[in-house]
Amino acid sequence: MAAITLLEAIRQGLWEEMERDKNVFLLGEDIGAYGGAFKVTEGFLNRFGADRVIDTPISETAIVGAACGAAMMGMRPVAEMQFIDFISCCFDMLTNYAAKSRYRQGVGIPIVVRGPSGGGVHGGPFHSQNVESFFLNTPGLKMVEPSTPYDAKGLIKAAIRDDDPVLFFEHKLLYRNPKIKQEVPAGDYVIPIGKASVRREGKDLSVITYGAMVYTALDAADRLQQEGIDLEVIDLRTLQPFDREAIVATVKKTSKVIILHEATRTGGMAGELTAVINEEAFEYLDGPVTRVTSIDTPVPYAPPLEEYFLPQVEDVLKAARSLAAY
Amino acid sequence: MEPAKNLQLDFLYFMRLTRGLEDRIDNLLKQGKVVGGFFRSLGQEATAVGSAFALDKKLGDIVSPLTRDLGAMLVMGAKPREVFAQYLARGSSPSHGRDQNLHFTDLDRGFIGTISPLGALVAVMNGVVLAARMQGKKTVGMVYIGDGATSTGAFHEAANFASVQNLPLVIIAENNGYAYSTPTTRQMRILNLADRAKAYGLPSEIVDGNDVLAVYKSAQRAVARAREGGGPTLIEAKTFRMRGHAAHDNQSYVPKELLDQWRKRDPIDSFERFLRNEQVADGSEIEEVKTKVEALLADDLAWAESQPAPRPEDAAGGVYGGEFERALTS
Repeated sequence: MAAITLLEAIRQGLWEEMERDKNVFLLGEDIGAYGGAFKVTEGFLNRFGADRVIDTPISETAIVGAACGAAMMGMRPVAEMQFIDFISCCFDMLTNYAAKSRYRQGVGIPIVVRGPSGGGVHGGPFHSQNVESFFLNTPGLKMVEPSTPYDAKGLIKAAIRDDDPVLFFEHKLLYRNPKIKQEVPAGDYVIPIGKASVRREGKDLSVITYGAMVYTALDAADRLQQEGIDLEVIDLRTLQPFDREAIVATVKKTSKVIILHEATRTGGMAGELTAVINEEAFEYLDGPVTRVTSIDTPVPYAPPLEEYFLPQVEDVLKAARSLAAY
Repeated sequence: MEPAKNLQLDFLYFMRLTRGLEDRIDNLLKQGKVVGGFFRSLGQEATAVGSAFALDKKLGDIVSPLTRDLGAMLVMGAKPREVFAQYLARGSSPSHGRDQNLHFTDLDRGFIGTISPLGALVAVMNGVVLAARMQGKKTVGMVYIGDGATSTGAFHEAANFASVQNLPLVIIAENNGYAYSTPTTRQMRILNLADRAKAYGLPSEIVDGNDVLAVYKSAQRAVARAREGGGPTLIEAKTFRMRGHAAHDNQSYVPKELLDQWRKRDPIDSFERFLRNEQVADGSEIEEVKTKVEALLADDLAWAESQPAPRPEDAAGGVYGGEFERALTS
């Protein structure tokens, strides 16, 4: 069994789901003949044909609208956003149609909207965003962001089989990162939506994070080990519905929490998680819940600016030392 | 060739049913019983009824009506009692009190309720017929759009997508003169909604939206083309909105002469005249339709008024899979 990249894992997951269920089909921009801007769907057109791998006009509303309608008819569409930034173009379709359909008309919309997210590749303000907080305030959507190839394959399958709309964020910095290659079982397996994973056991302090920031947290943990601070790293994997039990369990264990994410600070996931910790585990805290996030600006383009913008290992170290001293 | 007598009487029945139902909702509104706004289709009944009759339920055809297409929903099998219960926000309404007016869906009966952001359902209906085609069905979809809603991005994206994919879709573009208070001349610099079709390579027709037979025949041509794989069509139905946007709006911005002019072309009056003049039906047969409508509406309204409001706690749950049924049957 060869180790594969996160991109290859997503590809395998999609491929196997299309082999397994003829109702699964793909639609998006340049996903057919070209195989997608990041080549996630390379070879799919030849195997599954143009009816199941549909190249569309540059029309995110039409793409997600068609996915919604097809889902109502029993299909399992997977729509690709060429970059997840462009999901704002179909905001209405996701928040007002897909998210509300089950509640207001009793019709579930089992679609997956997937695409490359995140910064660190100097993509500038429109090819680098993390969009989860746009959608966190909309009941009816689920959101998933894998950080490992193993999880990516299991989660994309779970997303396709889920009976509700799932936004699936793929951090482009992890797509082909050779350092995170993993051996992934060839057979069918699913990672349940809504379950976090403990990436590193620790006793002194917890970092709750997801996506590419999992590796920032793990790097920080290695450094802090030498200083005698033992970090626990929780990878949420699912951002909505996030794993309350895992969050409360780690707070009870370490009593000190950093929430780390690449998305901007105000109104981000970290604020919501902090509120939950306050409500459900306040008595166990030994220090303030601490946020480490990007700054409240668009994602800047030039490398030094983007580095300043994004949370770095150093930022986690600083926060951890200060919190450990409490 | 004119449709059979029975079918023509059905047209009259569903136009009368639409108007009678809306008259009663208007009364309920005056009694303070309607929750929220009331958007009626007075003067536009022929467009909704005539077009929906061109569909074939046996082949799984599906419509997605807009605010002023109650008639199309009734033709597909929505019941007056469901509509009353929606407006009265009762717990046993199709949406269980969770959404309003015509915002409800029954895929088995072949209708998909709209949502308030306009244009969205054209995009959704693309997916419905795309899926049906993938499943090897002969289903045709029909979706309604107003003059104002043809200005939305969703409409343009979806019309283009339908054309590129050659989908079996019929777009009924209702030009009723006003989008809320904004006249069509402030909505676009072209004369006809049908002119928009050219930009997407769609065939189009312009039809008198107050003539139920003309609408029916035009829709039939478009449905047949769609069914044979000829792709989508846009039909512009020229009609007029005889009330304000909603009940609160006295439409003071509409010139009185325009209303007088269109009142003379009322779709139900003129169709009844046609039935008599052409000796399709006599006065007693036309009266019989009215009686039938009145009886059904009286029954259904009584039922709806007897229904309780939803339980407050039913606001919770039902957002994700598995919860909807649970929340409502506990």
